[in-house]
Amino acid sequence: MLDRTIVGILISAIAFVTVYGITPSLINALTKRNMVVKDYNKEVATMVSRPGGPSILAGILASEFTLYTFFPSAEILAIIITTSLAFLVGFADDRKVLGGWFKPLALAGSAVPIILLGVYYPHLTFPLFGSVHIPELYLALIIFMIPVTGNAINSIDVLNGVASGFMTIASFALTICLVIVHNYDVALASLPLGFVSLAFYKYHKVPSRIFPGDSGALTLGAMYGALAIIGHVEVIAAIALLPAVINSFLFLSSVKRIIEHRQIKAKPVVHTEDFRLMASDDKSAPVTLVRLILANGPMTEKQVGFVIFRLALFSAALAIITAFMMGIKI
Amino acid sequence: MKGTPIFFYIFVMWALIIGGGGLLVSIIAPLSIHGFGTFDHIVDSIVKAAIAMMLVVLWILVMSKIKNWIFQKQISH
Repeated sequence: MLDRTIVGILISAIAFVTVYGITPSLINALTKRNMVVKDYNKEVATMVSRPGGPSILAGILASEFTLYTFFPSAEILAIIITTSLAFLVGFADDRKVLGGWFKPLALAGSAVPIILLGVYYPHLTFPLFGSVHIPELYLALIIFMIPVTGNAINSIDVLNGVASGFMTIASFALTICLVIVHNYDVALASLPLGFVSLAFYKYHKVPSRIFPGDSGALTLGAMYGALAIIGHVEVIAAIALLPAVINSFLFLSSVKRIIEHRQIKAKPVVHTEDFRLMASDDKSAPVTLVRLILANGPMTEKQVGFVIFRLALFSAALAIITAFMMGIKI
Repeated sequence: MKGTPIFFYIFVMWALIIGGGGLLVSIIAPLSIHGFGTFDHIVDSIVKAAIAMMLVVLWILVMSKIKNWIFQKQISH
């Protein structure tokens, strides 16, 4: 246990310091190459570097490979490969805008290493009631889970700092839940996700100096999904991610098809004269989490972000309660 | 507090996940289908998978109805 604690501190430090140290250089490199996009929520025209995915992946790889040298396992390899493949999918989308169906299908392919390495347990465990053995259905669940978590984080990446801040809360909640269910090895492997997100938040928070882009958001989401499957905490992980799941659900149930956010003509959120965010009254605009938050009146970008963080903390608390309920059988 | 209906919506989603899990584990999982000889296992899996998928569709419909009910004012706004 002492070994694990020391290694846990070491890989957390590596994850945090790598992203914290590399990101400013990445911002400069992206700016020099004119890889910048407009931040539409700023009154003064502001260009922000994108994508931050490479520094996020660097932090994850540096820490997970360090963990692998201390505790070699197929589980860590599966996390590394799945996360790296998701990064490549996102990076391809960052470089060239691809169709709405491309990301879910390619992310489904990213889940294949989990199946090939056999690092899953085909039982779905529910709190209070126990588990069900679903060998065939579980394979479909693996293929389904990575696109869902990847796209859920990608779809919530709409305001400065939200994706990285939200991921920080959700992934630390997941680590706590993994400890509660006594899955210490995967809890250790999950630590870098929280620390990478936290370090990236430093540059992503209002006013953003860098956006994660699809490569960053899909990397974070896919690693979260991989940890959920490998750690055998699928239901708990889904609960901690509920605000992002709701956002995807609201969007899909209002547009009724899988399309990219950028393809939407009617914007769900508009600006007031003093450039606060306001819910659009356009009935054809999709319903999103941000639009619902703004339904009570205009707010600043920072205020909306903090409401989303409060929702994330609430879901994290429900996930932790659920983890404790896993030990109770009725 | 801003976003209170969304907190309630998340709580309802959580309760439905726990309840749906209970239904899956207590009622659907113990079901056993016989009479198809060597195909018993496959038929059993297909039927359970179909029921699970129907439950997911039902869950989405229920969540959609609750969403409309909770957010009616906000959406029309």
